[in-house]
Amino acid sequence: MTNDEIKDLILEIIEDIDDEADFDNLNPDEPLRDQLDLDSMDFLDIVMELRKRHQLQIPEEDYPQLATLNSCVNYLEPLLKNA
Amino acid sequence: MPVPFSQTKDHYDLIVIGSGLGGLTSANRLAYCGHKVLLLEHHHRLGGLATWFKRNGHIFDISLHGFPYGMVKTCKKYWNREIMGSIVQLKNIVFDNPQFTLKTTFDKNDFTNILNTTFKIPLQTVHDFFTTVAGMNFYDDQSMTTRELFEQFFPGRTDVHRLLMEPITYANGSTLDDPAITYGIVFSNFMNRGVFTFEGGTDKLIQMMSDELEKNGVTICTKSKVDRIVVEKGKVRGVEVNGKVITAKAVVSNSGITNTIHNLTDRNCFSDEFLSRADAIRVNNSSCQVYMGIRDGERIADVGDLLFTSTAPEFDSAELLDIHTRSKTFSVYYPKTRPGHDRYTIVASMNGRYDDWTRLTDEEYQHEKEEMTARAIADLERYIPGVREKIDWLEAATPRTFNRYTLHTHGTSFGTKFEGLDISRTIFKEVPGLFHVGSVGIIMSGWLGAINYGVIVANDVDGYIRSI
Repeated sequence: MTNDEIKDLILEIIEDIDDEADFDNLNPDEPLRDQLDLDSMDFLDIVMELRKRHQLQIPEEDYPQLATLNSCVNYLEPLLKNA
Repeated sequence: MPVPFSQTKDHYDLIVIGSGLGGLTSANRLAYCGHKVLLLEHHHRLGGLATWFKRNGHIFDISLHGFPYGMVKTCKKYWNREIMGSIVQLKNIVFDNPQFTLKTTFDKNDFTNILNTTFKIPLQTVHDFFTTVAGMNFYDDQSMTTRELFEQFFPGRTDVHRLLMEPITYANGSTLDDPAITYGIVFSNFMNRGVFTFEGGTDKLIQMMSDELEKNGVTICTKSKVDRIVVEKGKVRGVEVNGKVITAKAVVSNSGITNTIHNLTDRNCFSDEFLSRADAIRVNNSSCQVYMGIRDGERIADVGDLLFTSTAPEFDSAELLDIHTRSKTFSVYYPKTRPGHDRYTIVASMNGRYDDWTRLTDEEYQHEKEEMTARAIADLERYIPGVREKIDWLEAATPRTFNRYTLHTHGTSFGTKFEGLDISRTIFKEVPGLFHVGSVGIIMSGWLGAINYGVIVANDVDGYIRSI
């Protein structure tokens, strides 16, 4: 997957969680949580979706790496290299 | 529809023991993840403590008293939009005690106003208090108690302490001496938007959940009591029910953490260190309830949806637990609760200690139950004069009743104290494949807490199954 594809994947998962999420003014370096009204349960949903769609096992201690859109891409890029 | 136990297969991906809201939600999420799930329930109906009973044309809800707004998002994400669409606000929350009488929507705006104008607390203090509780996380330091939290912001103001604490004591059984985070997290959840309920009643909710489970391929068996969790070579192998062993890669127990460890699993499966921590788990208190049905055709005035009442001079956690407590909550169910079912019912809820009720002789037990029922009616008469003459069904439940229907240790109606959370979260590290979901640690309690915890545990289980 390219970085853009990973970005799209994350945004698509978030849209499934909250269909009113507004991505227009999203700053990729600011925490998603602050900008999109996501809570800790929503992040768990992202982890479960990534496991379901791409068989990714993300350990709990790595959850903070999913904080911003860019940190998601950096973290997932090597894991989804061949996806 | 549940299927007879005789129709179960010999193997499933995973088995869920118990159908409280946590068990139901774990089963649903794991079916959504693509696993073959068997759900086993000892009682003849699903729901655990999210239950109801019918008498004389009345439907009495046991635990439908009000949940936070977060339930809307949770039901949308983890159940379906129809379930979400039945959630409605309860706008009239009443407090009546010797220190104050007031009506509120029980949300941050209204509470800020009440604390400032009625209780004369400076706005900055109110604001700082809300900021502090809103910032609490379950993994935070637990050394501060709720009592200390209140003393820090509202020193000596027992009236304010009562306003802030009384509803939460009924919501999750916590006391002033429990960790402040267990108070702050639950209180903040309610303050977000107020108190909400499920239009159509508990029976409708559980039916909708049952339909959704079936749609997602979950096999449901009621009247199927698991005798033991089968562990082989240190790993979960399945469960035994009526002499039949059903195998599975994982078992999720929604049967109470203390039951799971002490009654369902061979103790030799756990390390001594784990057992010593598990043995130290304190279960929360239980409850008493008095159910009052208003005769068909009679009406009662709108006196509020949820009434926190007490004639005790000040809030006192011990007083609320006393067998003769003068504090109780009235949940008033108007015809709007179940549109089309034109009835009024009232449920009085009190906290209670299991031991106080089990040490009684049968004769004393009957006597105490009758006294409790009489006190509930007398108290209700203060708000609805003449209600006594309109009641055509009266029944009471005690901690013994809760124990009988849920099998919970000591009839606990709020799970365990804080230490139960860590045991529940780590049990699969002791016995691979064994998971627990249910009310633990006070915060993973109540309808919203139980459902969300069901999702958290489902994530652990899904990760485990996909890794083996």
